[in-house]
Amino acid sequence: MNSQFLIPKFKLPNFVARIGQKLPQWPHALALVGALNTALKMKLLPESELTALEDKLFHVRVLDTGGEAWYTFSQGLFRPVFRPQRAPDLAFAANLSAYLQLLARQEDPDTLFFNRELEITGDTELGLIVKNMLDAIELPKLPTLPFASR
Amino acid sequence: MRINGEDRALAILPCLSRMKIDMPSLPDLVCPAGSLPALKAAIDHGADAVYLGFKNDTNARNFAGLNFDQKNMAEGIRYAHAKGREILLALNTFAQAGRVAEWQNAVDAAVDQGVDAIILADIGLLDYARQRHPQQRLHLSVQGSATSYEAINFCQREFGIQRAVLPRVLTLAQVEHVIKNTSVEIEVFGFGSLCVMNEGRCWLSSYACGESPNTVGACSPAKYVKWDKLPGAMETRLNGILIDRFGDAEPAGYPTLCKGRFDVQGDTYYALEEPTSLNVLSILPDLIKIGVRAIKVEGRQRSPTYVAQVTRTLRAALDSLRDGSEHFQVKPAWQAELSKVSEGSQATLGAYNRPWR
Repeated sequence: MNSQFLIPKFKLPNFVARIGQKLPQWPHALALVGALNTALKMKLLPESELTALEDKLFHVRVLDTGGEAWYTFSQGLFRPVFRPQRAPDLAFAANLSAYLQLLARQEDPDTLFFNRELEITGDTELGLIVKNMLDAIELPKLPTLPFASR
Repeated sequence: MRINGEDRALAILPCLSRMKIDMPSLPDLVCPAGSLPALKAAIDHGADAVYLGFKNDTNARNFAGLNFDQKNMAEGIRYAHAKGREILLALNTFAQAGRVAEWQNAVDAAVDQGVDAIILADIGLLDYARQRHPQQRLHLSVQGSATSYEAINFCQREFGIQRAVLPRVLTLAQVEHVIKNTSVEIEVFGFGSLCVMNEGRCWLSSYACGESPNTVGACSPAKYVKWDKLPGAMETRLNGILIDRFGDAEPAGYPTLCKGRFDVQGDTYYALEEPTSLNVLSILPDLIKIGVRAIKVEGRQRSPTYVAQVTRTLRAALDSLRDGSEHFQVKPAWQAELSKVSEGSQATLGAYNRPWR
């Protein structure tokens, strides 16, 4: 937040999504699940709230890249779901820039939601638990890179 | 000569101290935190005090995954105190019949944690806190719904409150009138989502789903909320009741009954109020001039990012008033930052500039 670099709001051209949709989706799911499990191992996610995620089906779509990932949480680990058999319990949809702004803590999820840049559908309470869980993560302080400092 | 020099310095001192008294000091900036990162964001960006709540229905933001357990609160208090800032604990719901001991235990726990003040609404709890912990600083919550100096002075006399948070229904002139007639510090809202503001007395959420801040510590609890995506629109329902339908380009708001669009005698519109946020940037000098002691930011349910954005903006605006208000100008960058995070993407002065009472 104190770095000078801000992620701008952008939307990739439509053809990117058209190509993206035709590409295999499993790498997205593996990357996302890998990141979540790393957060688990670092004990960044509160155990009391994790129980609420047990066996829930999540769907994350990046609209302008055409990428999507399905995953679930069971027996203490996030796991990719390659052939979902039912509607997700919770679904997120947004353009890449919105996800990047969220991850960098540059924008707040409610702001993006009010401005219709982030779509959350399904079990609203589950969505709130996930949102608050991510908000409560204390990001490890990264060393300041020379080119990013003032 | 040195003696003369000292004399002259001493002669100036009373003038200086009088000047200090004449020029009102800056009000405290009181910011919200629903998590430890939010608390740290508030402190790091210039909050004088941070308010927070326990993870239960003793506070009115009892949402899943939000708020503080004992360990997090202890760390938050340490963090704030190390930088000379304060932690205020919101215990702002009314004790439920048959469960009064839980609220009393929360008062005791807050005192044990070492918070700087407890923000209470329930006069039964104010009485309990005063009797049991006479040294503890107490604030009257906005949920206590005290809009007159008589009500505030009553709470001072009976419970020793040191500060009252005014409901967001008073005009600037009415706020000034209250301040002139009480020695209790006055805190007002400076930024955040507005609701119908029948503070401490609102049962609209219960009308839709049987639960409201006064019964479960949350308005429109998430388990009753449903967002449905339709082609070209999104619908919000609260326990099955259609609250609003947004076109794809329309900003969305929180799914509360008071911000719904309803069909009233053939016309569909925001029958109670439009989703909107309060923003007092333009009247900050007036708030300081009339002697407001603290300015509060709404939003314990929001993320650390929001807390950082709003805190640093209001801090910058307040700091620019440190040398007086003659040259105060609302910078477009401040306005842009606050507009962006507003509910409904629009801001008002609320009741402060209402011509009628």
